[in-house]
Amino acid sequence: MTQAVIDSARLGPPLLALVGNPNCGKTALFNLLTGSRQKVANYAGVTVERKEGLLRTPAGRRLAVLDLPGTYSLNPHSPDEQVTCDVLAGRLAGERRPDLVLAVVDATQLPRQLRLVLGLQRLGLPVVVALNMVDLARSRGFNVDADVLSRELGVPVVSTVAVRTGGADALLGLLDAQPARAVAAPGRADVAVADPQEDHRRVREILKALGLDAMQAHAFSDRLDRVLLQPLFGPVLLFALLFLIFQAVFAWAEAPMGWIEAGTSLIGDTVAGLLPQGMLRSLLVDGIVAGLGGVLIFLPQIVILFFFILLLEESGYLPRAAFLLDRLMGGVGLSGRSFIPLLSSFACAIPGIMATRTIQNPRDRWVTIMIAPLMTCSARLPVYALLIGAFVPAREVAGGFELQGLVLFSLYVAGIVSAIAVAWLAKRFGTRDRLQTLMMELPDYHWPSLRNLAIGLWQRVVIFMRRVGGIILALTVLMWFLASFPAAPAGASGPAVSYSFAGMIGRVLAPVFEPIGFNWQISIALVPGMAAREVAVSALGTVYALSATAEDTAGALTPLIAASWGLPTALSLLAWYVFAPQCLSTLATVRRETGGWRAPLLMAGYLFALAYLASFVTYRVALACCA
Amino acid sequence: MNAPMSPTLAAVPLSDTATGAPMIVAALIDAGVPEWAQRLRELGFIEGETVRVVRRGQPGGEPLAVRVGVSTFALRRAEAACVLVMPAAGDSM
Repeated sequence: MTQAVIDSARLGPPLLALVGNPNCGKTALFNLLTGSRQKVANYAGVTVERKEGLLRTPAGRRLAVLDLPGTYSLNPHSPDEQVTCDVLAGRLAGERRPDLVLAVVDATQLPRQLRLVLGLQRLGLPVVVALNMVDLARSRGFNVDADVLSRELGVPVVSTVAVRTGGADALLGLLDAQPARAVAAPGRADVAVADPQEDHRRVREILKALGLDAMQAHAFSDRLDRVLLQPLFGPVLLFALLFLIFQAVFAWAEAPMGWIEAGTSLIGDTVAGLLPQGMLRSLLVDGIVAGLGGVLIFLPQIVILFFFILLLEESGYLPRAAFLLDRLMGGVGLSGRSFIPLLSSFACAIPGIMATRTIQNPRDRWVTIMIAPLMTCSARLPVYALLIGAFVPAREVAGGFELQGLVLFSLYVAGIVSAIAVAWLAKRFGTRDRLQTLMMELPDYHWPSLRNLAIGLWQRVVIFMRRVGGIILALTVLMWFLASFPAAPAGASGPAVSYSFAGMIGRVLAPVFEPIGFNWQISIALVPGMAAREVAVSALGTVYALSATAEDTAGALTPLIAASWGLPTALSLLAWYVFAPQCLSTLATVRRETGGWRAPLLMAGYLFALAYLASFVTYRVALACCA
Repeated sequence: MNAPMSPTLAAVPLSDTATGAPMIVAALIDAGVPEWAQRLRELGFIEGETVRVVRRGQPGGEPLAVRVGVSTFALRRAEAACVLVMPAAGDSM
């Protein structure tokens, strides 16, 4: 009963589909039309983002609005464009065919955009043209007459300014004027055949009728590009900008992450104080509260990173950054677009993998996701700090370099070198299709709109909390369960964790890890360390029967492991953490972003193999040298 | 049948033209991946259109920032090689 009501409600309002070239301000118009009433998901079976919203006209009519992926033509060249074409043709499973097409046209880029409109008119669906960015066009001296354009095209044309409140009033009025299904003339029969030459001729005619046959490129963008794409100054500025972003993700997030941590432990302590010692208390404090804290802890970095990415994207600089970095990344078969996601992965692979959404080429995106965990994330730092502090003497070598710092630096380099190697192998042995396509638009620069930034940021937060947060929380509770059950028998002498399932798994794994120098304590600590890499430090503390808070654990552990582990074991564990395959949060994110188990399983498999191999070699070489 | 302007002896690949020199598209050829020529047409690289290499990336002069009409696109050299052009001056359109 309820289901039927929901279904009919979903089918209820007429469906308006927004179609347009990339960078035509389509998403801004979508934001203006639907406000915050948006649902962001993926199309079934593909990793293309699907945005639907609800629009209420002044007269109270309701319309479902679908923001279709940007496309240059109706001959699809990418999964995004395929979705747009399939939805418009009414042949995408699970999607209904739109009742009305809103062709969004950037008034400053009229010639190219009108060709798409001609194509859309051939679909047989009613078309309305939204002439967007008319304010920008006017300020550049092009006055596009909507009435003339409407007469030429034979469909209704309204001017919109998507970045201004009220900028879509004329459009809303038009939608209100009559029933959606009859608001516009259906496609014209006389333009039914797709012929690029003929379309080009038509566009020239239309431009002539509009008096716009001699449009000039944006002079300000030109001047800016002369500086920002300058062979020397351009890259210098880009790296300064990237440095700032990297700093911000790392440094600005530190304080809020500290508050979240403090808040988590405060709530944990409060709950612990209210409940008697026992299983329920342990589940609430160590399972659920710690798990929620473990989800929230990622938020500051995600918000800061996406603030910058959206800012760069909105202003038009992101494609320029990709342009400048294209050669560098091209060496390993990637494009410039992969750079920012990889850089972000130094803070945490999760926002990095989410940022791969800006990569249009599916193969590039896949390889970028695969190598993102090889960038040394901040969660590995506590483990590195513990091991380096315990085993690497603090002394200066080779003219003022600090040996500990040098080891840390080389661990970062090891990650980068492995990423390059993996990307190169993927290029060498991966898809046969060779020549990569770039063909990337460098849109005109414009000021980012605050509303679009806010909505974009909010959507990323919701996606993370709803889709990834749940998995991370569930896994944390699972890890708590494995580490707490069964309880230690009465009068047991060893640490409780070694009697639990985690302990049993650790002991089963011990022979596997023995060849690479890990003792059973390390093997056990690696199991709860799967929830998050840094948990391995406190897990080691638990195994060595220390009862202390996280900060003290490292301090107390340092002399202990320095005395009980050999240097080869420590080096082997460091090598293991360069690859550290056991971050379940990362794997959960990959599963969500790629829409299947193939990518996360392959990732876990290859990282595990690399980690084992690296540790094995490190351990054996170190043993041979120490002997 | 489409009758694009037949490539004349003066036509050269866009990738070989000097930065900043205004050119006219003479023809599109399938020099790389089959769908490239079609794609370039959809982006606006159409016979008779004015094009110009605005910037070349470094190192190695790749990618190219190409102005076509009022738009700018980043193309790899192999992609730009699919666009045959003639000097804009002296060509009657």
